[in-house]
Amino acid sequence: MVTEERFEFTATAKKRLVITLVVGLVLSVLGYFTLGSGGDHGGGHGEEADNSEMVSDHGEEPYAAEDAADAEGHGEEAHHGSSSSVKRLLSNLWINNVFFAGLAIIGVFFFAIQYAAQAGWATGIKRIPFAFGSWLPIAFVLMLVVFMIGGHDIFHWTHSDLYAEVGGDEIVKGKAAYFFWPLQGGEFPLFWIGRLVIFFGVWYLLFRKLRALAFAEDIEGGTKHWYKMRSTSAIFLVFFAVSSSMAAWDWIMSIDVHWFSTMFGWYSFASWWVAGLALSLFIVVMLKDRGYLSVVNANHIHDLGKFVFAFTIFWTYVWFSQFLLIYYAHIPEETVYFLERWKDDHYAPVFYINLILNFFFPFLVLMTRDSKRHTRILKVVCPAVVFGHWLDFYLMVSPGTVGHNGGFGFLEIGLILVYASAFLYVTFNALSKAPLFAKNHPMLNESLHHHI
Amino acid sequence: MSQGTNYVLGVYDDEDVLMDAIKTVRESGVKIEEVYSPFPVHGIEDVLGYKRSWLSIAAFMFGITGTTLALTMMVGMMGVDWPMIIGGKDYIPIPSFIPVTFEMTVLLASFGMVGTFFVISNLKPWGKPRIYDIRITDDKHVMAIDLDGNDKSEADIKKVLQGSGATEVNNKTFD
Repeated sequence: MVTEERFEFTATAKKRLVITLVVGLVLSVLGYFTLGSGGDHGGGHGEEADNSEMVSDHGEEPYAAEDAADAEGHGEEAHHGSSSSVKRLLSNLWINNVFFAGLAIIGVFFFAIQYAAQAGWATGIKRIPFAFGSWLPIAFVLMLVVFMIGGHDIFHWTHSDLYAEVGGDEIVKGKAAYFFWPLQGGEFPLFWIGRLVIFFGVWYLLFRKLRALAFAEDIEGGTKHWYKMRSTSAIFLVFFAVSSSMAAWDWIMSIDVHWFSTMFGWYSFASWWVAGLALSLFIVVMLKDRGYLSVVNANHIHDLGKFVFAFTIFWTYVWFSQFLLIYYAHIPEETVYFLERWKDDHYAPVFYINLILNFFFPFLVLMTRDSKRHTRILKVVCPAVVFGHWLDFYLMVSPGTVGHNGGFGFLEIGLILVYASAFLYVTFNALSKAPLFAKNHPMLNESLHHHI
Repeated sequence: MSQGTNYVLGVYDDEDVLMDAIKTVRESGVKIEEVYSPFPVHGIEDVLGYKRSWLSIAAFMFGITGTTLALTMMVGMMGVDWPMIIGGKDYIPIPSFIPVTFEMTVLLASFGMVGTFFVISNLKPWGKPRIYDIRITDDKHVMAIDLDGNDKSEADIKKVLQGSGATEVNNKTFD
């Protein structure tokens, strides 16, 4: 018989996380103010001109004209509402909001998938990603607040003059209903906010329901709760399939409002999913090192490692599918996205680092069986992959929000530390509230005998 | 693979008995050449003391050969031998080469593995695959022990096998 295990969130661990958070705060404040004094404010206008030049270099009229109008017309007041350092702060807050909200929902997704697939092997580990879900309400509040305060600096489409009868932006006008329905373009973005509320609302509701069922199973046992969790998981997965894609359009793709990609939902999901898997694996390995999780052995860790390895390739596949079609078709209104990221001195290094950290490094290192079973290697690869996917989101957001005023300095590092320590605090706090694994799970025995 | 001619075969009904039998037989100092089973038995390679297989490294080598071959071919044709501009790209547009490179990697890796499989299971055209006992494809596990490769006498080995729970102990000779 397996004995119940409880994670103890020690005072030292709490202290360390709080210290990290404070260090992060200091760094970001430091970073923010050094930006303010030495900033390159002049970049703004020049960059607009640059952009339209680059597009017109490629010769096609409609978009180039559009973009030039952009720079001359409403560009003046709309683009430069706040100073570049404020924009950079808001942009970074948004990157972290999106990234950590994604990690939180991926934890629930992992849990749900194990039930829908009737998988037994993960019984001992699935409460660890599941605990990420406790971040959801905080992520929701943070997102709403940052959008209300800084929406105009992050999202170009929020500017009402784009929807003017005369002199507006025809492309954005065509997309107005997606943001503002049932109101008119340029008023309050009711549809967008409504989706944000519904997504987080349903995600959190189903997370709470799954959690209640899981804890009821701890007390009562039997298979009744397992069946209920399976049907709840199925409902969650159907909802998640649609909502994760739309969330990616809403929160990230709409930043580059003139541009669109049909791969984008998958692409963001893949990025979240790999980061979530790598973080789960990292926490499992760390807990194991500290003597927890007696039900987990090298085989479970190996399987999680395979997950990270396989979905690293999946992420690359989706990334490349989006990239190659745009590269090959060479249509200006599509290539502008990669011009800003790949053929741009400012972001080109990040573009390559993104590929190295998220594909070449984990692909080559995690290929052998031994590397997926040896925790020493996993302790290096997993954090690298999590950070790599943060960079991926950085690359999705920054060129569209701050352009050449962006960078990677104390502000970025500080905010990552703040969000990561807060996220881990919430996760560990949730983990300590319940047994680490479900001792009455009908498939626990299967998991104990898992062998690959 | 070393191939002896005189074998003693222990036949087992149940995989749990087989697992214990492997331990007993190995502890008594008898060398097992191979164990055949109709379905995969989890953990059997640890009990038999097998080292990690080289198959995955072979697969990687076949794959990387495909990668190199594809890139060399395309760069040679499109970039060196007869440079052409296609779709406004460079002479050597690496992103456009990636799908073909990927396909060649997969193709050579899988062809290589099929070939390797034929060779190691003696299914090559001039090979003569050995069948120790036809029932290994049905419901029996068979432990093959090479008499020439063991110091112990045939009678001793048979005694060990019988004591380990084998339902039958047979002799098998190949030419």
